[in-house]
Amino acid sequence: MELARKWVQIITALLTNGYWAFPFTRNMYQGPLKVVCSPGLNCYSCPAATTYCPIGAFQQMMLSIQFNLEFGKYYLGLFVLGCIGVVGSFLGRIVCGWACPFGFIQELIYKIPTKKKWGVPRILRFIKYGLLLLTVVLLPLLVVDAMGLGEPWFCKYICPAGTLEAGLPMLLLKPDLRAAAGLLFSVKVVIMVGFLLWSIKASRPFCRTACPLGAFYGLFNKWRVVKMHLNEDKCTKCLECHPVCPMGVKFNESPDDADCIGCLKCMNEACRYGAITLSVGGIPLRSIDIRTKSDREQQKSG
Amino acid sequence: MAKRLATRRINPVPFILLTVFLLVFLAGVITGEPVSVLQKAKKVCLSCIGIG
Repeated sequence: MELARKWVQIITALLTNGYWAFPFTRNMYQGPLKVVCSPGLNCYSCPAATTYCPIGAFQQMMLSIQFNLEFGKYYLGLFVLGCIGVVGSFLGRIVCGWACPFGFIQELIYKIPTKKKWGVPRILRFIKYGLLLLTVVLLPLLVVDAMGLGEPWFCKYICPAGTLEAGLPMLLLKPDLRAAAGLLFSVKVVIMVGFLLWSIKASRPFCRTACPLGAFYGLFNKWRVVKMHLNEDKCTKCLECHPVCPMGVKFNESPDDADCIGCLKCMNEACRYGAITLSVGGIPLRSIDIRTKSDREQQKSG
Repeated sequence: MAKRLATRRINPVPFILLTVFLLVFLAGVITGEPVSVLQKAKKVCLSCIGIG
């Protein structure tokens, strides 16, 4: 299953970044596919990007609401919100585990062999909700200039995915832009390098602490169509599901945790008692019992 | 199998959410937002990625 997940991550990353002519054209993809929503965080200013980033596009809609209303255009971001809402209510944060290019990059970096002694304190996970509310919704909507236009606060001041996938490649493709990359870009590079270095020591630090898209999808984790369940009758509280989780979720304690990315590691690699199942619309797809014969006999006897 | 499915409670909330967001999406399409999204997505917004 882990191999299948890796393949889905690779295919999604290639589909959402499928414009490989950019080194020759020295420009980004500008075709009609850019009206399609990327399920994961994938900067649409990346030269190879073939889809739009939901967080970038939503900020663009928010920052121009006042401007558009003055001209009688009722663009309220419903198209983008509807797209990610449909994806979220169907899959929740399973998208993060299976279809986010930036999450995939962090997973690859985490494979660098080193002592994994830096965790991610659980308290830091609340930062992403603040970033979603402030930098994606409120600040772009409310802090506007005389024309009624705001700024994409998350993209402009924070997003490490944008720096990695768009900022640096653009500077490489267009040398004349390098003079325009000032202090702000340097700060963004520091943020990006910080998260990438953190990814060597800790699993998915950006997803766990700062991703506003993950925060949005996480709101659906309790009420999504495709969902993981805990059968409390079968759970022996052996805690085997704790160390395998890349997001630090204690599945047997909070099966609806907003940080569960549905990677299925707890189900496939940890639980030996078939206590964790995946269901679609309440109908279980499978429950794996990987107990050894001695495990079964031990459980039977006691 | 049928008995197993019958005893399994299906939570309606995800399907209600799915329908609501589908309607929100359609409302966005009707108001012409895809054109605006496409226009913005086609351009490199340098200030949006911290350059300039």
